[in-house]
This record gives sequence, C-alpha cells and structure tokens, in this order.
Amino acid sequence: MHEQDHDHDHDHHDHDHDHAEISATERPGYFDILQAALEELLNERKLVTTAEIERQIDVLDSRTPALGATIVARAWTDPDFRQQLLADGRGTCESLGITFYDDTGLIVLENTETVHNLVVCTLCSCYPRPLLGLPPEWYKLKPYRARAVIEPRALLAEFGTIIPDDVEIRVADSTSALRFLVLPLRPKGTDDYTEEQLAALVTRDAMIGVVTVKANDERVAA
Amino acid sequence: MRQHLPPDDPRFIRIVPALQETPIFQPGQHVRVLERFPLGHYRVPLYLRGRIGGVERLVLPAIDNEEEGFGLNAGVKRHYYRIAVPMSDIWTDYAGSSRDQLYIEVFETWLEAVHDA
Repeated sequence: MHEQDHDHDHDHHDHDHDHAEISATERPGYFDILQAALEELLNERKLVTTAEIERQIDVLDSRTPALGATIVARAWTDPDFRQQLLADGRGTCESLGITFYDDTGLIVLENTETVHNLVVCTLCSCYPRPLLGLPPEWYKLKPYRARAVIEPRALLAEFGTIIPDDVEIRVADSTSALRFLVLPLRPKGTDDYTEEQLAALVTRDAMIGVVTVKANDERVAA
Repeated sequence: MRQHLPPDDPRFIRIVPALQETPIFQPGQHVRVLERFPLGHYRVPLYLRGRIGGVERLVLPAIDNEEEGFGLNAGVKRHYYRIAVPMSDIWTDYAGSSRDQLYIEVFETWLEAVHDA
C-alpha cells in the first residue's frame, strides 16, 4: 500500500493566537473528491471499513515527535538503554510499547563529535512514522530529497547547520523496509537537566538530522 | 539480528540452511550495485546504479519489495545489505569532505561481488 498522508501538519500546535472555527468553506479539490470516492468504494465493497480508516488515523495521531524525543532523552541519560537502542532500534522501542504498525525496521544513527547523520528518502517519503508521526511537507518534496544526497552540506547550511569539514556526513537514503532515527549529540551545559527537560530540547528536525539540539541558553543567544 | 550461524552444539552441526537463508555478502566486503534499468516498481535509486560500496551491515532477511509491488510475494526471503558509498564516487564534483558517505539498504538481487576493490 502506498504511504498516503492526510494533509495537515502536526507541528504548529503551540501557536498562541485564536482562529476561527475550522470549517469547509471552499469547494473540495480534485484529490479531496478522489479520496472520498475511493473511500466510499472501498467501504461499499467491504474492503476497508470506516472504522478501520478511523483507527489508522488514531494510530498516526498517537505518534508525534514527542515520542522520539523521549527515546532520545532516555538514551542520553541511560547508557545501557543507549547501547540497546543502537544495537536493536525496533526491539528496544517495542519493549517500551511502541508498535511498528507498518512492519518497518528501525536503525538508530548516533551523531558523534566526528559523524553527523542525515535522513532522506530519495524515492518517496519513507520516514520513522511509528516514532515521529507524519513527516514535514518539505521532507517529501523533491528539492530536499535530491539535495540531501547531492549537496548535504549546502542543504544543512540552509537549516543553519554548519558541519565542520573534519566531521563526516553520513546520508541515510531509506529505500524499503528500514527507517532511521538520528540520535543527536547531547548539547553541552545540560549535565543537570532531568530526562524531561532534555526531551523538551529535542526537536523533530534534530531527529532527522537537519539541525542539532541546542540547550536553552544557546537558543536565547542564537 | 537473526541470521544463520554455524551452531556450537555438535548435535546441530549437520543442519543445512537453504540458500537464501545464508547471506551472500559479508560486512566489509565490496559490492557493486547492478546497472540495469528494468521498468516498473524498483527500490534502487538511479544515481546509485553501477556504484561500488562497502557492506556496513546485514539487515534482517525480508521479502522482495519489488516483487511484492506486483503482488508476487511467494514468501521467499533474502537479505538486505546496508552499504556505504563515498559521496565523491557518486558525484565527481562533490563539494564536501572526501569522507562523506551515502548509506543505503539494497536487496541481494541488486548486488554483485567486487573482487579487486
């Protein structure tokens, strides 16, 4: 089955302005109609039920970058867990109750002082959904997909991420059954942070490898 | 990762695994991504065809995604290999460290051994 995204972004939940009640005021577009027609047909032929579709939306909605951030913070604070996670990404996450509903494997890629990892899917939009939820729009677009493998350093610079020349860049192009999660470097000056405080620093983009994780004081300075 | 290893216990030493249960390539070995251009659903990006990489690790045996795409899954599994290819071997004008690498998982049917790399 092709990985189909529903068309909204989960990363703007923290906006602080009120907005009007969300309602459909415009005519549905071509793909809205196509989706509705397909859904009705599948329903009618008893191939996929509405309950199954709703359940899958619930599955996706239960996966957000906060889940990945929890894993990263735990790996930063618990060396045994970190070793387990690097040795067996999926098994370690499953032992915490995170299911891999799409039956993908998971390799956790550790950033170090000498290695920086970046994740892309040049063929489509493979992404560690069980852990991070839906990918951002730019992750699925051709400019990111092409440039991540052709000129990763220039691409990263546009995200504000300057990788020194003596740091090796490893671009992971995910093409089939494997997904990748970047374990970012723990920022300096966070020795006294709790696991929860650490998790709050870890962003979605850091777990794809397009940015690094910064401590709170670095963020203010930046 | 689950893969076939010769058993320590002599009582099981005569077990013969099926061909596809045993990986053809091993970590550290050099492999070439085949340069073929079939039509349809294929999981090897064009920019990597014909490139030589080193096997970084074996991935749990899996069914062939490409056959599966045509409903042809007969349940036969083979290995995926995660290989590393130097960026400067892929792009002649690559701007960046000569140590930068591309990592990708490739199904066994798309690889051949390179003996002189």
